[in-house]
Amino acid sequence: MSRRPRASGYFRTNYGEDLSLLPTRLERLALLGVLVVLLALPLLASPFLIDLAAQVCLAVIGALALMLLTGYAGQVSLGHAGLLAAGAFTVGILFKEFKAPFFVTLPAAAAVGALLGVVFGLPSLRVRGLYLAVSTLALNFLVAYLGGEYEARRGFSTGIIVDPPALAGMAVTDAKAWYLILLAAAVATLLLCANLLRARSGRAWAAIRANETVAQTLGIGVASYKLLAFVISSALTAVAGALFAYYRGFVSVEAFSLFLSIQYVAMIIIGGMGSLAGAILGALFVTLFPYAIEASLGALVGASAYAGLLFAVNATTFGAVMILFLVLEPQGLIGLWRRLQTYFLLWPFRHRPVGGARR
Amino acid sequence: MQLAVNIVVLTAIYALIACGYVLIYRVSRVLNLAHGELLMLSAYLLLWTASLFAGHPVAAIAAALGLSVAVGAMVYLFLLRNLTGEMALAAVLTTVALGVLLRGLTVIVWSAQQHYPAVPLGLANWAFALPGGARISLWAALLVATTLAVYASLFAFLRLGRWGMRMRAAGQNPLLAAQRGINLHAIYALAWSLSTLTGALAGMLIALDSGLGQTMAIIGLKAFPAALVGGLDSLAGALLGSFIVASAEVVLIHYVDPLLSEVIPFLVLIVVLMLRPWGLLGTREELDRV
Repeated sequence: MSRRPRASGYFRTNYGEDLSLLPTRLERLALLGVLVVLLALPLLASPFLIDLAAQVCLAVIGALALMLLTGYAGQVSLGHAGLLAAGAFTVGILFKEFKAPFFVTLPAAAAVGALLGVVFGLPSLRVRGLYLAVSTLALNFLVAYLGGEYEARRGFSTGIIVDPPALAGMAVTDAKAWYLILLAAAVATLLLCANLLRARSGRAWAAIRANETVAQTLGIGVASYKLLAFVISSALTAVAGALFAYYRGFVSVEAFSLFLSIQYVAMIIIGGMGSLAGAILGALFVTLFPYAIEASLGALVGASAYAGLLFAVNATTFGAVMILFLVLEPQGLIGLWRRLQTYFLLWPFRHRPVGGARR
Repeated sequence: MQLAVNIVVLTAIYALIACGYVLIYRVSRVLNLAHGELLMLSAYLLLWTASLFAGHPVAAIAAALGLSVAVGAMVYLFLLRNLTGEMALAAVLTTVALGVLLRGLTVIVWSAQQHYPAVPLGLANWAFALPGGARISLWAALLVATTLAVYASLFAFLRLGRWGMRMRAAGQNPLLAAQRGINLHAIYALAWSLSTLTGALAGMLIALDSGLGQTMAIIGLKAFPAALVGGLDSLAGALLGSFIVASAEVVLIHYVDPLLSEVIPFLVLIVVLMLRPWGLLGTREELDRV
């Protein structure tokens, strides 16, 4: 992770400080505050808000996984929905065919995801950039087809119903319990990603993203680290898909369209490439966006005329917002935040001195 | 025999759409994943002009084609031009976002129902009997003829004319081309217009043949593997790739499983990407451009 020196005069003097995730007391306090708010949410919020928060947690897991792959390792993927579908269908199939419990299906989903990660990643050893995006796109269709085929062959043409998982002998049906489970999963994913990124793997991925030839010259196994990025990202995504299946209690191939892949890519673009915080912000933005649109449409005059077109209005505004971010602010929300920071750090000046301290 | 006719028609559809991908990629190295949505938009524009010029099919089609060309140029001038110098992926993602936007917009304006632009135009669809007991509809036959005409004129345009030469130059080396006084923005805008023009022809003919709905964007996306199989920077490759993808699709649908229709182009794509990622007739060094 690229760390920038701070204006406050805090400089790192040893490697331990450079590697620490939360170096300053203010950051630790802020994190504690955020955690308290997140944990207190079920006590205060309405069921609707808790459902939203749970959806955000699910999206955060997927977005973090994609950020690891695209934002850090530099490998483009347009097949994220396929991986989510793979996780969800692993749960659905194991549950329907073998009545497998929660603690079997989740690792199985992760294993299927990891396996698919190798499959998705193999083209990356030969092709780059656009071609890689295209091959992951193709695999997305393939997974969706296999899922649809299973539904059709086994007679679940409307979807597979999955019972809520049993934890300690009790079925988890309560929305608040679900929120806490998903929050824990999201936090665990965040910790895993942050730790992977500050370790050898993170440095290897950064080198591969910057320049593959140089990375190879430095003695980094480019092929194996690329595959590792794909495997970890896909396994995490498949787990997110599995949790999604349990949370919704329902698996259908309809839910995993190309649009979902685009949404996940949008999350990391809108959030800001190359930043875990960006992935979280993007997941929050993209998940809440349709509800914001719905609310603002409801406030408009003649809202009933638009009611049937809600999805279309959503897609239109979503596409427009994505274009605006790509054209006007390629660094995403996190870029806006950094710019704001810089503005206040430099105030009353507008630019950094030429030849002065780097960044 | 019917199978052969189906293959030819599907090849023509894919080829007519695929040449749009190839034109833009070859000239500006941008992959336009909104091509399917753009051709769907053109078909909807035909629906609109059909209601304006009811009973005058030629005027309606010409007006819709003109509008489509304008749309293509505007997409470049207002969107893609601003992304010059960004990474190639940003441009691709912008077209993806544009596709999402257009899908939503067409539903808002024209609703998600199936439309039949042939009805307000007062055009009927006949089926001809061919020797061997096969049948082909009038519009499908026209589509095959259009594809041949489009490819012939594109080859002529790129080989013979001054603008075609400029386009090839811009595709080969934009920097040198610009220094020789070629207006790159004009060339790119022209490529986008031509691409939407060919896409519009495909979209309108498909809409006249079998109606118009949101599924048309998927046809556009399925033609993309055809372009890539042949090589993204080769027009002849697009024709060959379309033939391969279309025959695989028609034969497997007929003998194995109709549900496969959605995935076969992408299966072929995966196989080609594993074996020969630059496509059958593409240029090999293109691959390293990330």
